[in-house]
Amino acid sequence: MRFSVTSRLPAFPLADRMIDLKNNAQLFDEMWGHDSTLRDAYANFNNWLEVEEPARLRKKQTEAERLFRLSGITFNVYSKDDKEKETERLIPFDIIPRIISAREWSRLSTGIEQRVRAINAFLHDIYHRQEIVRSGRLPIELLTHNEAFLPKMIGVSPPGSVYTHIVGIDLIRTGPDEFFVLEDNARTPSGVSYMLENRATMLHMFPELFSQNRVQTVLNYPRQLYRSLAKCTPAQTDNQPTVAVLTPGTYNSAYYEHSFLADKMGVELVEGHDLRVVNGRVAMRTTRGYKAIDVLYRRVDDDFIDPLNFCSDSTLGVAGILDVYRAGGITIANAPGTGIADDKAIYSYMPEIIEFYTGEKPLLKNVPTWRCNEPESLSYVLENLADLVVKEVHGSGGYGMLIGPTSSKRELAHFRKKLKANPGKYIAQPMLSLSTVPTFTRAGLAPRHVDLRPFVLVSPRGVDITPGGLTRVALKKGSVVVNSSQGGGTKDTWVLED
Amino acid sequence: MLGKTAGGLFWMFRYLERSENTARLIEAGQHIALTQPASFGDEWASVLKSAGSYASYVNHHGEDILHDRAIGWMLRSRDNPFSILNMAAAARENAKLVRTALTREVWEAVNENWLTLRDALARKVSERDLPDVLALIRQRSAYVRGALNGTMLRNEIYDFARIGTFLERADNTARILDVKYYVLLPSVVSVGTSIDNVQWQTILRSVSAEGGFHMTYGRDARPREIAQFLILDKRMPRSLSFCVHKLQENFYYLYTGSESHLLCHDLCDQLESHTTSRTIDEIFDSGLHEFITNFLQSLNKLGSQTEIDYRFYN
Repeated sequence: MRFSVTSRLPAFPLADRMIDLKNNAQLFDEMWGHDSTLRDAYANFNNWLEVEEPARLRKKQTEAERLFRLSGITFNVYSKDDKEKETERLIPFDIIPRIISAREWSRLSTGIEQRVRAINAFLHDIYHRQEIVRSGRLPIELLTHNEAFLPKMIGVSPPGSVYTHIVGIDLIRTGPDEFFVLEDNARTPSGVSYMLENRATMLHMFPELFSQNRVQTVLNYPRQLYRSLAKCTPAQTDNQPTVAVLTPGTYNSAYYEHSFLADKMGVELVEGHDLRVVNGRVAMRTTRGYKAIDVLYRRVDDDFIDPLNFCSDSTLGVAGILDVYRAGGITIANAPGTGIADDKAIYSYMPEIIEFYTGEKPLLKNVPTWRCNEPESLSYVLENLADLVVKEVHGSGGYGMLIGPTSSKRELAHFRKKLKANPGKYIAQPMLSLSTVPTFTRAGLAPRHVDLRPFVLVSPRGVDITPGGLTRVALKKGSVVVNSSQGGGTKDTWVLED
Repeated sequence: MLGKTAGGLFWMFRYLERSENTARLIEAGQHIALTQPASFGDEWASVLKSAGSYASYVNHHGEDILHDRAIGWMLRSRDNPFSILNMAAAARENAKLVRTALTREVWEAVNENWLTLRDALARKVSERDLPDVLALIRQRSAYVRGALNGTMLRNEIYDFARIGTFLERADNTARILDVKYYVLLPSVVSVGTSIDNVQWQTILRSVSAEGGFHMTYGRDARPREIAQFLILDKRMPRSLSFCVHKLQENFYYLYTGSESHLLCHDLCDQLESHTTSRTIDEIFDSGLHEFITNFLQSLNKLGSQTEIDYRFYN
């Protein structure tokens, strides 16, 4: 079949691109670069796109939504005003993939591995001798005044010395070779089911794309996750270890992911009320009595995991699990107390942390960060508020943050007050111009800002990074907020083979 | 397998079975209402009773049973826990809970069942659309059953799904008999009248058994044979006998031989022998109504004992 030229989908509506370029000369598009030159990784894809009929693509975009709806990959949205009211929503999926070359990926993954090794060494250190504090590179207050630091973990060595079995490193890009780490997710990184479902959906809808492009697979992730967890089994087990996933329950926003991972790994999905400590082991209630668990991949926060040791009214955890853990009777992944490593105040020390434990310069840069508890930084931040992004140290999900450049004078004044009242609660960063990737909009393809969360598995045998990850895209024109709770969508992320 | 998962499967399939049966009951009720409008004013009360929705209806709407309201109550009322819409949601919630025990096909069939019914039942269903909506409900149930049969391993997951299904089905057939038993009693006054013929046909229709009955017993519906068919016929997939036989079979599969003795197995064996050891004449002689009442009680006990023995909740 032949298409007339006019029926083709323009790669970008010209006007849209011009506006964005005018606003920011630095804008980098991952397909079209700084100057509208097609970048190599997208060459094959572009050949396909150029002859694709817009009507077909539009149909595929609708079909994708139906497929996601059917699979049940929904998340519950919490409204701040009404916590009782939950609605099931789909995270919008964009059918235009984000493509990363083998060379780019190899640089990224080396940097990620360095960072993750440093994080594990850091966690081991702060729960043991605290050399980094003794050496004067990290203020002790960052640990002692931090709720994410768990004194009960002091002196405890997790099986295989692995603290963060699963890590998600959030990256942003500003140019061909400019990547920055925006955030380390060291406690319970989520989103991996989207990485997998996005790929499965693309394979289903556009099989031809995968014969034309050599894309590294991500679909081994569940198997690797199982192997990685099984390797961390406590020493006393000699049979095939029993692994289980602990979920807060069907009403949790990430429940789909919990059940998805348990299903794909072929392990039980348990809730707190399925578990109990029996004969010094954590065991699950089966139809034939209690069965001991060796490795628990928990998707429940530290605070709720053990009502005896932490939050006493929690029904999500297991009474006494921490005692079993300290006695070496179970592996908890990620280890309790790892949350300290993804604290935003600690984040600002990551370059020092990496150097301290690896003896190398960090391969991946941090976004420059001002700690507002330091008087000099605070006054700089107050003066330049309109150009900065300010985040809560303990916040997540894009809530409670200020984006200076897009805020009104009133909003700035209001935030300035909050900042002065409680400077220790905030950090500030420059407004970086996130890279864009062409994204399907009503008017055709348009550049939209993206970030990237690769998923990393750590076991005593090493660090395993899945080639790809979750690309989140801010669907609103000009927006840089990619969080799904704030109108973000996702894309399939391709890492090409060499 | 987790006790919770066994419980989730059990309830998921009870809801699916009851929802399908409720659709069938509404269909039979509607058929009577359209063909015998004058003589069957209280038919909707029987239908509500058979569907287990009578008490809640009266509680909510009062004693006055209105055709439209009765249908709405059973189809889509948010206030009736056993409306088809609520049961589709409950089946899906349970499926979510036991997602790891299901194949993708079964999960998607249950999910799509809910998505489809949610849309089809979003607004009041007009009389004109009712046949299509009821057909849709039965069709969606058939998809779930097809996915279950075609893709699930025959292991204990399947056994609990089947136990839920047949416990519910036995309960539903028994309740239809409970509500209508009097039209099956040999009575001098009404034998052979057209009224009874309609009632008998309705009973058969509400268990989708008209064709099967005629195939087995010929054109004329007679009460003794209808009772025989619905209680004792082992070929009839909704008969009490068929259901308890399936229950016994699935409980037997669950038994590994090594565990300590479970009471629910005994209860199931007892139920099976009480149900199948007598002829229909003996059942009539010792009292049909009493037989059905006992059956419902034993079934109920079997359900609760299964929950305990297989640790659904603790």
